[in-house]
Amino acid sequence: MIEVDGLTVRYGGVTSLDAMSLTFEQGTCGLIGPNGAGKTTFFNVLSGFVRPAAGAVRAFGVDLLSMAHYRRARWGVRRTFQTEQAIEELSVFDNVAMVHEHARLGGASRRADVLDAITFTGLDADPETTVRTLGAGQRRLVEVARAVVGRPRLVLLDEPAAGLPDGETSHLAEVIQRIPEHTGALTILVDHDMSLVSACCATTAVLDFGKLIASGPTAAVLRDDAVIRAYLGVA
Amino acid sequence: MSGTVRATLERASPARITRKPTRPQLIKASITTVLLLFALFALPELLSLYYIDTMTQVAVYSMVTLALGLLVGRVGLFSLGQAAVLAIGAWAAARLLFATTQPYPLVLLEAGLITMVAGLLIGLPALRLRGLYLALITLMLAGSITVVLATVNFPNGGHGFLGYNGGLLHIPPIRRPSIAASDPAYYRYSVVIAIVMFVLVLAHIKTRPGRAWAAIRQSEPAALAAGINIWFYKLWAFALASFITGVAGGVLAGAIHYLYSINFPTQDSITLLAVTLMGGVFSLWGAVVAGFLYQFLPALLNNWGVSADWLIILFGLGVLQVLTTAPAGLADQVPRDLRRLRHLLGRRLRRGPGGDGA
Repeated sequence: MIEVDGLTVRYGGVTSLDAMSLTFEQGTCGLIGPNGAGKTTFFNVLSGFVRPAAGAVRAFGVDLLSMAHYRRARWGVRRTFQTEQAIEELSVFDNVAMVHEHARLGGASRRADVLDAITFTGLDADPETTVRTLGAGQRRLVEVARAVVGRPRLVLLDEPAAGLPDGETSHLAEVIQRIPEHTGALTILVDHDMSLVSACCATTAVLDFGKLIASGPTAAVLRDDAVIRAYLGVA
Repeated sequence: MSGTVRATLERASPARITRKPTRPQLIKASITTVLLLFALFALPELLSLYYIDTMTQVAVYSMVTLALGLLVGRVGLFSLGQAAVLAIGAWAAARLLFATTQPYPLVLLEAGLITMVAGLLIGLPALRLRGLYLALITLMLAGSITVVLATVNFPNGGHGFLGYNGGLLHIPPIRRPSIAASDPAYYRYSVVIAIVMFVLVLAHIKTRPGRAWAAIRQSEPAALAAGINIWFYKLWAFALASFITGVAGGVLAGAIHYLYSINFPTQDSITLLAVTLMGGVFSLWGAVVAGFLYQFLPALLNNWGVSADWLIILFGLGVLQVLTTAPAGLADQVPRDLRRLRHLLGRRLRRGPGGDGA
């Protein structure tokens, strides 16, 4: 369980997150909102890239914000990026092994763990292939494999389906749905594809201009008037 | 589950398994072995003493450009202070060689470690900076180190910590290892040390630090999200590069017997960066190419009676060419162009001399 309390982030005069308070329960939760709503900023706070002006985040009883950013991955915070960041120069195996070897999980099970994570994503490529030669969809799966390897506690997926064709998106949806049961991690999915969010998330929260405007069961949230207004800009 | 992954899983025992080398890897390894054997055994028999000395310098500066290439190519850190770091290594080695009777490899190791500490002290504040600013800071530091060295002079067998005995007419030469007193033997010795340094870098690149550096170079956020302590790994790269450059300085000390601060002008750092980029920073062969460009080419021109100053112009054009057509340097471009030429010739030959054989 992740408890976010009064989280505020400011960039100069812009308030990206405005006293956001929310509890994420176990399972997969959606986080949606128009562009610039503060979704990625929220992920960046959890990853430690952005220091909030105020507020607290307790993840499974631990004060996340007091942890050094590189230690968070070791503790179990994993993420993918809006613009995919699989390391081109390395092989698929090394991309995933890199996360495992910095997570202090011991080297004995590394190879098996890494191959297990790659298999979990259903990536149809030799693990020894260099990432540079892979397509966009395959690279997304490499990022997902990096997020699930070892013992993740919190998996943050930032628009994992952006730019993917329908076929690859539905495969990705299947993979995302299986993350909580496979890893036991709490998963937060940010995406603009509402069918993907509906398919993967039991609950969803909505941000608009840094403020939380709705949260609850996904179907109900997507019917919420305030949410429709935020997305369509209707007065 | 995809077939390929399942196949790999079935092959993988829980314990670590060794990966079988592929055919291109085997070919590459055999070419490297043949070239090394040629360099170690045939070359000293074939070359004159002038070129043997030159080749010793090539080995030394291959180590220097190896270290610089590591910083630039693997981690994305631009340092313009390598000539000064080399001078620190040479200074430390010369001092130890005059003051003690320790075996040469031990002196090289110590010179490397001393330079590593000095490099870390330089690197620590510099790591807060990136790109042009890091380059500028390292250049300034190199300049100040050159000034200090010019003031205290290189040790030449005198007493005390500095070991400088300016008025002495008969300055003793810096000693060489007993097994490598002659020029050809010392050349072989330098090549062996260079091989050790290349293997050291290779061992880093293929393992945990290499993966971390690759991540840092492409995307610092992605590296952080993977749990990589960016600061620590950048410092590690700085330490390793300084160590290698320090060892190179130690080899240089024995190679030229007498060291002066004019051997290490600040602008050499800039030329070193230029040849490193030309050779190629993404492949270890690039460092060998850079060593040849930096030492062999001037020796060749010198022998032909052409002023080596032309090289400044040539290197300028070379860097321009690298930046526009071959970001991975000559080490990548030449084999690629040769393959292209072979394909082209192959197609011509298959068509037959009579033109279109279709």
